[in-house]
Amino acid sequence: MNKVNRRDFIKTSALASGSLFIGFNWMGCKSDQAVVEVLKAMPKEWFTFDAYIKIGETGLITIFSQNPEIGQNIKTSMPMIVAEELDVDWKDVIVEQAPLNTDWYERQVAGGSQSIRQGWEILRNAGASVKQLLVETAAARWEADPSDCSVSKGIVSHKDGRSIGYGALAKEASQKEVPKDFTLKKPEDFTIIGKSKVNVDINDILSGQPLFGLDYKEEGMVYAVVVRPPAFGNTLESFDKTATEKINGVIDVVSFGDKIAIIAKNTWAAIKGKKALKTTWKKSAKFEDSTYHTKTLKEYLAKKSTSPRRVDGDIDKAFKAADDIIERTYEAPFLPHNCMEPMNFFANVTSEKVHLVGPIQTPKWTESRVADLLGRKLEDIDVHMTRMGGGFGRRLYGDFALEAAEISSKINKPVKVVFSREDDMLAGTYRPASAYRFKVGIKDGEITAYHLTEACFNGQMFPPMESNFPCGAIPNYRVDCHKIDSNITTGAWRAPYANFLAFAEQAFLDELSTHLQQDPIEFRLALLEKAQKNPVGEKYNYEVDKMKGVIELAVEKSNWKERKTNKGFCAYYSHNTYVAEVAEVEMVNNSPIVKKIYCAVDCGIVINPKAALNQIEGGILDGMGHAMYADFEFENGRSKSSNFHNYRHLRMVEAPEIEVHFVQSNNDPTGLGEPTLPPAGGAIANAIFAATQKRLYKQPFVKEIKVLG
Amino acid sequence: MANYTITVNGQSKTVNVDPDTPLLWVLRDELNLVGTKYGCGIAHCGVCTVHLNGEAARSCSIPISLVKDQPITTIEGLSDTINHPLQAAWREHDVPQCGYCQSGQIMSAAALLKSIPNPSDEDIDNAMYGNLCRCATYLRIKKAIKTASKNI
Repeated sequence: MNKVNRRDFIKTSALASGSLFIGFNWMGCKSDQAVVEVLKAMPKEWFTFDAYIKIGETGLITIFSQNPEIGQNIKTSMPMIVAEELDVDWKDVIVEQAPLNTDWYERQVAGGSQSIRQGWEILRNAGASVKQLLVETAAARWEADPSDCSVSKGIVSHKDGRSIGYGALAKEASQKEVPKDFTLKKPEDFTIIGKSKVNVDINDILSGQPLFGLDYKEEGMVYAVVVRPPAFGNTLESFDKTATEKINGVIDVVSFGDKIAIIAKNTWAAIKGKKALKTTWKKSAKFEDSTYHTKTLKEYLAKKSTSPRRVDGDIDKAFKAADDIIERTYEAPFLPHNCMEPMNFFANVTSEKVHLVGPIQTPKWTESRVADLLGRKLEDIDVHMTRMGGGFGRRLYGDFALEAAEISSKINKPVKVVFSREDDMLAGTYRPASAYRFKVGIKDGEITAYHLTEACFNGQMFPPMESNFPCGAIPNYRVDCHKIDSNITTGAWRAPYANFLAFAEQAFLDELSTHLQQDPIEFRLALLEKAQKNPVGEKYNYEVDKMKGVIELAVEKSNWKERKTNKGFCAYYSHNTYVAEVAEVEMVNNSPIVKKIYCAVDCGIVINPKAALNQIEGGILDGMGHAMYADFEFENGRSKSSNFHNYRHLRMVEAPEIEVHFVQSNNDPTGLGEPTLPPAGGAIANAIFAATQKRLYKQPFVKEIKVLG
Repeated sequence: MANYTITVNGQSKTVNVDPDTPLLWVLRDELNLVGTKYGCGIAHCGVCTVHLNGEAARSCSIPISLVKDQPITTIEGLSDTINHPLQAAWREHDVPQCGYCQSGQIMSAAALLKSIPNPSDEDIDNAMYGNLCRCATYLRIKKAIKTASKNI
């Protein structure tokens, strides 16, 4: 059921005196572009129904989008679900970003590919309950039975021919309780879900309207660029601000912790002020480097954990009895997120309130951390979410919002903190470097033991990843995870752990199938069959039929069996979605080029097909680009890469053709922001093997093999 | 600090800034034209692309003192109705994911179509090489440029 309590909602929204609904007071912002496309007139009055819906007297509908938009298209796809159950014409819908409000909304987070999956039921209920209320209101007016009424495109019709629009019912209906009894549509009756709707912000994006955090301005706002320790392991000893203060436009220089903020009238003055600042840093902890990282990861891979994550049977016994043992190690570096929009945040801390605006994947967490930092009550703090120029996990961490709040509280001014690209890449919250070792025992042609060891800085794979495929198919199975401390800040990076584990696992399984002289697909299907018919140990973390479904679809669509081209296969389940990918590689001048990737996806019901394809394509190319090119090393506690001239991202010329096929399904939808990324590296590595007979064990691939773009 | 008068989207604007101020920050901070984005500051990502004298230029690396009388077009001035063939094609293909790089992509593409109205795949790859899209909407950008080239 919808969490929102209507009485509380009305009370809170009245207290907010509507200001939260108007949106931001953005200097220079044109009137809402979305309205241009809307056919109905702007209403004089809006009637609020629940946290998601308000309806104007003209029949125009506003749907609030609760979650932060990072490019996953949630601002379009989530309101589509509400509109579907409310039964309105999408052309009559305006979408507004909701503010953070923990009383009204559950889970205002962008992360884990969970927005659609966890929002599905709540959003349907929000729409369907208000539709029921409007139907009941019309029926009461007609002194008719609600069950004799139907709705299409925001018009309630009685079977005797009478009809009335939502706009005419809105005022009266909004004064009644939203009913608890209502029915949801059957998937076959959907008219909005499953039909592509263009991004609701498209016209603002295409005309350069202020949408992003970096675009946000308020009267009297100053800019801050922050000098942070140049290396992990450094702390601030002293600084000399004489030269900085001479720069035109620099207003102030303030230190906080080990950081120094240059406050200026504009961004350029702050950037120049930063360059002019003289700083002395102290080495207060170890300076790590990539040689140390590689060596340490390998040391840990040789150890067993005292508390393994999963044990089925006895691998040691099985290895002793085995007549063949294969062992392979895979390694990946730290990675920066490199969102195109560098980190930034606006804060205005006054004695009355703390006003925060910016790009943040975790507004609620940020609100409570700012409250702790400044010693303020949660009620004093409001957080507004702007559209984000990418997230990829980096904007889960909110460090930039805390910096803005702290600086504003020190200078008593509204301030926007802006990271330069160098700040963004050098002071990141990186994907941690990690390594995996797979050891398999074979007896009489059967895999009898499977031992996976993970070594990772500052983290371990999330449960229940230890029960991923091929868990359940092998009698003796064990997963050990080692978390190694590092002073480099690390965090989630699109499809955490899976983004590298999938490559390691699927490249290893591919090599194993070759070793056993089996077709890689038949090999995987046989393991799935075993897990289904005779599962080993406790529950495993995948559904065999869904996994088989995407494998079979990818095999069919890619003409896998023809093998006229060099093909590589990978299937992976992550973030509740099943994906199989087949990569095709061509040799040009003795170098492999990725020409095409086929992708089969089972994500249940597809809400917004064109946008879903966009996520799928983007995920595949993100996985491909980082697997192939992302070389990121540390030296003396500092990354060697600092900007796009010395860190390689995938560019247009390198993007192969992509062909996507969905498994037709009426199951509840799952997310697409992450799950197509993990399999890409594996499919490509396996295709490169097919083309070159060379196996790859390290990311990025460019370190092991000459790869043409 | 000095006064500079520049022509942006057909309008004359005077700003009082340091001579080394990049055009990007003049547009964003002084003129409130925030459609032109900051990405790297070293002309390696293309999100700050504008037209200078009708050609694609990275505004992050052009000091205001060098602009002089060369006219500037930004994304805000590409069309009045958001119906430039590229904008229409971007809508048709629903190109953006996060959207941050798209104004730079469109400005690069608009300069390409001006010089080569019917670009080949190779022409597009070459012209767009300097524009990063971290969401990797490259396949759609390419399709949209082809669609626009038919309607220009």
